[in-house]
Amino acid sequence: MRVTLEVWRQSGPNAKGAFETHEVDDASPDMSFLELFDVLNERLIAEGREPVAFDHDCREGICGSCSMMINGRPHGPEVGTATCQLHLRKFDDGAHIKVEPWRARSFPVLKDLCVDRSAFDRIIEAGGYITAPTGTAQDANLILVPKEVSDAAMDAAACIGCGACVAACPNSAAQLFTAAKIQHLNLLPQGQPERWRRTVDMVDEMERWFGSCTNHGECEAACPKEISIDFIALMNRDYVKAQFKQRRLAGQR
Amino acid sequence: MSERLALDAKVPDGPIADKWDQHKFDVKLVNPANKRKFTIIVVGSGLAGASAAATLGELGYRVQLVTYHDSPRRAHSIAAQGGINAAKNYRNDGDSVYRLFYDTVKGGDYRAREANVYRLAQISVNIIDQCVAQGVPFAREYGGLLDNRSFGGAQVSRTFYARGQTGQQLLLGAYQALARQVAAGMVELHTRNEMLELVMKDGRAVGIVVRDLVNGDVRSLSGHAVVLATGGYGNVFYLSTNAKNSNATAAWRAHRKGALFANPCYTQIHPTCIPASDEFQSKLTLMSESLRNDGRIWVPEELGDERPAAQIREEERDYFLERRYPAFGNLVPRDVASRAAKREVDAGRGVGPIKNGVYLDFADALAQLGHDTIEERYGNLLQMYERITGEDPYETPMRIYPAVHYAMGGLWVDYDLMSNVPGLYVLGEANFSDHGANRLGASALMQGLADGYFVLPATINQYLAPLLGSDPVPTDDPAFTDAEREVTERVRALLSVDGSRTVDWFHRELGKILWDNCGMARSKESLEKALAEIPALRDEFHKDVRILGEGSSLNQSLEKAGRVADFLEFGELLVRDALHREESCGGHFRVEHQTEDGEALRDDEQFAYVGAWEYAGDLANPKLHKEQLEFDEVHLAQRSYK
Repeated sequence: MRVTLEVWRQSGPNAKGAFETHEVDDASPDMSFLELFDVLNERLIAEGREPVAFDHDCREGICGSCSMMINGRPHGPEVGTATCQLHLRKFDDGAHIKVEPWRARSFPVLKDLCVDRSAFDRIIEAGGYITAPTGTAQDANLILVPKEVSDAAMDAAACIGCGACVAACPNSAAQLFTAAKIQHLNLLPQGQPERWRRTVDMVDEMERWFGSCTNHGECEAACPKEISIDFIALMNRDYVKAQFKQRRLAGQR
Repeated sequence: MSERLALDAKVPDGPIADKWDQHKFDVKLVNPANKRKFTIIVVGSGLAGASAAATLGELGYRVQLVTYHDSPRRAHSIAAQGGINAAKNYRNDGDSVYRLFYDTVKGGDYRAREANVYRLAQISVNIIDQCVAQGVPFAREYGGLLDNRSFGGAQVSRTFYARGQTGQQLLLGAYQALARQVAAGMVELHTRNEMLELVMKDGRAVGIVVRDLVNGDVRSLSGHAVVLATGGYGNVFYLSTNAKNSNATAAWRAHRKGALFANPCYTQIHPTCIPASDEFQSKLTLMSESLRNDGRIWVPEELGDERPAAQIREEERDYFLERRYPAFGNLVPRDVASRAAKREVDAGRGVGPIKNGVYLDFADALAQLGHDTIEERYGNLLQMYERITGEDPYETPMRIYPAVHYAMGGLWVDYDLMSNVPGLYVLGEANFSDHGANRLGASALMQGLADGYFVLPATINQYLAPLLGSDPVPTDDPAFTDAEREVTERVRALLSVDGSRTVDWFHRELGKILWDNCGMARSKESLEKALAEIPALRDEFHKDVRILGEGSSLNQSLEKAGRVADFLEFGELLVRDALHREESCGGHFRVEHQTEDGEALRDDEQFAYVGAWEYAGDLANPKLHKEQLEFDEVHLAQRSYK
């Protein structure tokens, strides 16, 4: 099959970028979207032009490296699918496909389609953990976790940290990512001691980097792991509660 | 090839069950106030690296963590699907530390070091406790207790799992513990930095040289010890289940500086991967072994039967694993399952458009357990299969075929996980220690976390304690500036070739040579062929590779070129090791050495040793060191899963 790619090229973080158009006329419908870029890059090198830089690694939809806006949608048209698992059979022969990097001020472009997502790490460092130094744990089965609770925590924990939620949001808000990370821990019994402090610290750190949520819901639609925006509601509830709890639990500070 | 002295693994004396506890008592300690005076460099942020860095930070050491990823959380441990073993015996089905130890030594085809494996089995129970305390959302029963599933090579249910994303959840647990130490100022992160050289001074590892992948800066990090947790070398085959960036460069650079490389020929071919579909295929996708719990593997009995699966009646199907191995059935170890599948495909009974697969069929399980149960157990895997192939596994059987997956070989380490280079430790898949010639499913996660959370933090004191009072070597020392110059020169040389072929082309060619000649079946003839072809390809690479762009900015072709250049050297060692090992064991199958019914035939008289290779200035002539393996506990026998 034949596709026309309109790809964002930018040589460095401070360089001016522009779209570049390339045709690939012998693509296979069984190819993944990243394999299409492999083929394009081989050609560019043969023509003496620099290949397109793009982040990728596992190509199994779990590492969260890939980050392409495809025709204006993070990870492209297929619901619940990361770019690496999007196959060309989902496009029409002769399709015109526009590919950009994630667009958000807190994800600056490094080169072409690669962006810097380290702000997500800063949010985790602010409190996205349970303090359990190695060696301190009791027997695992002494902590009972109702299956429903464990399943809900797992639903949140499935987040791959790709940043599609931020890229999809008109405000570049990171509520879905942050909520998923907070609620994974806040729902579990092990996460209770640090619950209020964690919520406030992570939300405050998020606010330092990202825009505010205005309930568009674009994040949920873009999420390759289909994480529910219900978690944002749970996070907001915990954040409000924390304002009161913090005073009573001042010892936590 | 010349041989050298026997290697001493420094295994502690005493009964196997007491060795680790006694050793922990015997090793030197560093008091809490002194720990902050030591700097430890950890390379790699997967399960082993992240858990080691977090734990060392908790203990009070200063840690420098280097990863080429944009975030530590992206390391390839994240893609492990099925689960993690632990000898908890929560099922009351007869499991014990001793049984996990026994299964692992047997599963590894009697080529692992007993004392290490026993320690691994002991620690396995602490890992589960640790991970639950961190909030890893393992699967649960309705009563709130932890659930288990079965895995290949075991007749007990000892595998803990978090849907099909166990590796992800364990890595996030380790990454979160790491993030806590980053916030506490104990760990400094160097993301998007790649280790390109090990720095030695006076025979010790004193630091590394890294290249900043964003701006190309080459700089040094100095420390009291260097810990490599840089994963396996499966990508030397080009097509594998490894992530695209997984590579052997850090390990290979350490090898070039004196670290011994052990058993490189032990490569695991995983039986349940999605078969390649076309020439553009960039990697192979694994389908968790856990699918073999409920899926049945078969091929049509009739040669050249091209009917769709649904039209092939029950009596016309050959459930070849159940037929050949009635006791373990579809749950035989990976090497056995892979070779059995290869036999059927080679005989012409393969299925799919290019006849390169066998069926993995859920029809019976769907009928017995229902759609919902199967979806709950394997939903994300089956969905992934559907994404990639466009076929619905709830309707038609999946097609699977073996693919390169895991490297049992790696840098040689002693009982303390220190290589033969003082101050250089190697953890996880990057070392060779625990899986022998074949790794059992759900044991990689166990080993990575055992090494990082529990073993290294206890053993590294032994090396550090006597160094108290000494500062790390300053990075303006000639040892560092010379190493930086070497790296800069290597980068410049790669960029200046300006040939005609891409890096990927060379990588694919190398992969073809290795897969065809040193893959699931190896012969003297095929290995010698590979030994002629690899050096020629390597020469061509250095004359004809084309890398565009510059060294002073993000340049992914340049990154790949450095890794492929090292694979082109390492691949030769892998083949040499396979050629020297005149026996079949685990993942290493020499066609000259098999039983009448095609099973691997070991030669314990001659080859019950670890083959550890020293680089002695000439790739064609590495020196072999041997560590004799002693089996005091497990009786050497031909493995039988019948």
